[in-house]
Amino acid sequence: MKADPLPDAEAALAALVARMQGKVAPDAAFVGIYSGGAWVAERLVERLGARPLGFIDVAYYRDDYARSGLKPNTRRTSLPFEVDGATIVLVDDVLYTGRSVRAAVNELFDFGRPERVELAVLVDRGGRELPIEATYTGARVAVTRDNTVVLSRDPGGTLSLRVEPVTGVA
Amino acid sequence: MTRNPQLDRNGGLRHLITLEGLPAEVITRVLDTAEPFVSVAEREVKKVPLLRGKAVFNLFFENSTRTRTTFEIAAKRLSADVINLNIGASSTSKGETLLDTVDNLVAMDADIFVVRHSQSGAPHLIAAHLNAHGRSHVHVVNAGDGRHAHPTQGLLDLYTIRHYKKEFHNLTVAIVGDVLHSRVARSLIHGLTTLGTPEVRVIGPQTLLPAKVEAMGVRVFHDMREGLRGCDVVVMLRLQSERMKGALLPSAGEFFKHYGLTQEKLAVAKPDVIVMHPGPMNRGVEIDSAVADGERSVILPQVTFGIAVRMAVMSIIAGN
Repeated sequence: MKADPLPDAEAALAALVARMQGKVAPDAAFVGIYSGGAWVAERLVERLGARPLGFIDVAYYRDDYARSGLKPNTRRTSLPFEVDGATIVLVDDVLYTGRSVRAAVNELFDFGRPERVELAVLVDRGGRELPIEATYTGARVAVTRDNTVVLSRDPGGTLSLRVEPVTGVA
Repeated sequence: MTRNPQLDRNGGLRHLITLEGLPAEVITRVLDTAEPFVSVAEREVKKVPLLRGKAVFNLFFENSTRTRTTFEIAAKRLSADVINLNIGASSTSKGETLLDTVDNLVAMDADIFVVRHSQSGAPHLIAAHLNAHGRSHVHVVNAGDGRHAHPTQGLLDLYTIRHYKKEFHNLTVAIVGDVLHSRVARSLIHGLTTLGTPEVRVIGPQTLLPAKVEAMGVRVFHDMREGLRGCDVVVMLRLQSERMKGALLPSAGEFFKHYGLTQEKLAVAKPDVIVMHPGPMNRGVEIDSAVADGERSVILPQVTFGIAVRMAVMSIIAGN
């Protein structure tokens, strides 16, 4: 089965910004999930106005550690604002099974009790395995299970999306 | 089959017994993994759920409150359950063999053994036993065995050096004092040479240096001022008082005069030299208080990094 053509990442970002404008709280902190979500979060802050910006690496909270171990190159989670009582928008590049978002929400709560947590994603590819939905979505796309959607960023900061076959998973 | 018993089929770390023979990529992976663990202590909840449901058994056949505590904190920050066994006071005194003790604890669903033993080779024996009996899902971390190795101390020393000096390929590192009895020194020397440190020196009296120590790739000095000249890193070793009862040393005072680190002796090292010590320190024996508490000392950061490094080791091996 041929997958739908992917949207242009910059167009999806513009659509996401348009959907968030006027809806997202002006003082909401943005938290990007490494690595793709971090790039998207940085761009959203540029477009939607200065606000606290943090980053999460969910490696310690993933549910597949027992199966595949700790992934190399784990980054340091950094939330340079008071999490207690904050409105937080988690930002990810691709929403798929919902497992990364589950891990990110768990991790957030080890830093405090946010008042409200929303989710913004560049692309929603369906295929949820958990009861999780995005508050703001840039684009929707259907991709078969044997493919993965990868976001990359060129040296000039331009984002692009591509589809790659799933590899290396036994 | 001569495969390194510490590594699994894919070259991943299964047990940590010694830094000797461990590939540079494996060592670097531990150091890289430790970095984000340092900040876990700054969280509201000072732990991550990585080893939730796993049981870490601290098997200390030789006393060491300090090392045992750092392993316990590291395991707890990973959400593991920690069981401390003071073996000296239990089974072995009733005649049970080392491997029988291990088999019993495996039957209690141990996932990781942290082993400290006065006999060199004890952790290796346990790891080989587990591998040979189809229990390779149980992991062993050497927390110091005899004069052989103390790999997590070596790794935390490497982490500390990298933290302050960024790279190894341009460094001169001196290790000073009782190298003969020091598993810390042996582990650090192996790690430094594997990571490409161009000059590793050992400084001490002939009686406290192992025979043929040069074969480990180090330069030998008997004079502090010569050995410390131009150093980027100085690692002081603990002089164990029990060693002084033998014929190896005249007295603690005499040792301090020749090999104790003072500001004045340190002045010939590079201006940005860092001073390390694995602890516990003997002030006025191997190191002067003015140096231990001075601005070049990174002895307390070593302790903090040691927890993150042990978290990294346990989370890598338990995932392999």
